[in-house]
Amino acid sequence: MGSKRVGNQTIVFQNPPFVLSGYNIVGPKEGRGPLKDYYDQIMGDTYNGEKSWEKTEAKMLETVLTGAATKAGVPVESIDFILAGDLLNQIISSSFAARQLGIPFIGLYGACSTMALSVALGAMLIEGGYAGKVLCAASSHHNTAERQYRMPTEQGNQRAMYAQWTVTGAGSLLLADSGTGPKVTTATLGRVIDYGETDTNNMGAAMAPAVADTIINHFQDLNRQPDYYDLIVTGDLGMIGLQMVKEILKKSNLNMGKNFSDCGVMIFSPKQDTHAGGSGCGCSAVVLSGYILNKMNSGELKKVLLIGSGALHSPTSALQGESIPAIGHAVSVEMI
Amino acid sequence: MFANIIPAFIVGGLICVIGQLFMDLTKASIQPAHVLVAFVTAGVILGGLGLYEPLVRIGGAGATVPLSGFGYTLAKGAMEGAQNSGLLGAFSGGVEAAAVGIAAAIIFGYLTALVFNPKG
Repeated sequence: MGSKRVGNQTIVFQNPPFVLSGYNIVGPKEGRGPLKDYYDQIMGDTYNGEKSWEKTEAKMLETVLTGAATKAGVPVESIDFILAGDLLNQIISSSFAARQLGIPFIGLYGACSTMALSVALGAMLIEGGYAGKVLCAASSHHNTAERQYRMPTEQGNQRAMYAQWTVTGAGSLLLADSGTGPKVTTATLGRVIDYGETDTNNMGAAMAPAVADTIINHFQDLNRQPDYYDLIVTGDLGMIGLQMVKEILKKSNLNMGKNFSDCGVMIFSPKQDTHAGGSGCGCSAVVLSGYILNKMNSGELKKVLLIGSGALHSPTSALQGESIPAIGHAVSVEMI
Repeated sequence: MFANIIPAFIVGGLICVIGQLFMDLTKASIQPAHVLVAFVTAGVILGGLGLYEPLVRIGGAGATVPLSGFGYTLAKGAMEGAQNSGLLGAFSGGVEAAAVGIAAAIIFGYLTALVFNPKG
């Protein structure tokens, strides 16, 4: 095993790739949330001129892929790979967006951990010398995800108080082997962990053990303490999942401080009545490419750890009563 | 008019309260679809035993509009069908009695889908 691999699950990049730019687009509800100042585009309605929500989601992804390139002043043709994923069957949002761009495309499925996964893999491609510039992106749309995973929203089902609200949003990062900006320094890829949660409304509880496992491994592998980072954010555990992770970590003697939060908790205010907070691939994608990248570029944040959290069930497996396997992928982004 | 509306409001409201308590007090694995099926089935059983009829007499639409009322109509139709045309009538009677409701749901559902776009 090469020296870039540290401990059980962590990779330390020797020539950490640069985050040249980020771009995001969100739905109207997210655009009224606490992070509204950090979005590049806020849609007026959930269709944004398209005929179906699925078309909207593919268009959103296309927008952020080209948006990040334009922002960095890089021609789209000069990008070596797109690494993207979403929540829909056969990841159609990503494939349909990539169809428009004519760049080699690697489709990913990590459920809501996809953004962290794409950044980790994109950084590996660059570190390995297989690419100079890589676009990493993920998207979700409230209405497409709800109708696939639960019920069509127009049916008006009551939502459980511990349920989370799938974020309508897409975010991208442009990684490159040279340039300026924060760098992707390490990645800890997670194991699939399943403690037997079967309720698809309770994703936070299903994902918490997997996320805690990745966090514990990250700190053990690198021999770091939580105070190493200015901000440690999980992807979309929501309020209940975040609380559970804190408790699990406490039992492992990792006491998380005030620098520990969750994108799903940050993205909506309690007044927006989303119940347990936000979820979906787009949740961590827009918080990373918006709030976090902004704060890093302005110098307010220097070291950030994002742990994307994914629930790896399918609608069919859930209907058949299977429990929900989950995964957590961590990437650290640092201004060094 | 109020002589009809107030009992309908009370009976219908109480049926809905039972549904809401089902959703709030049971395990999370009990989904709205389970409550829906349970209400139709309960309406069929209560209707078959003759226990739903008094509710309809008191509450009118308050008892027939909720899903349990649909179950009651199925049971009532099946029993009438059995009386009129035997075993086959027991099968056809329920759907015959509920035909107006079923057809209205399909037609208005279709028209609504034609005219409106879901807002989510």
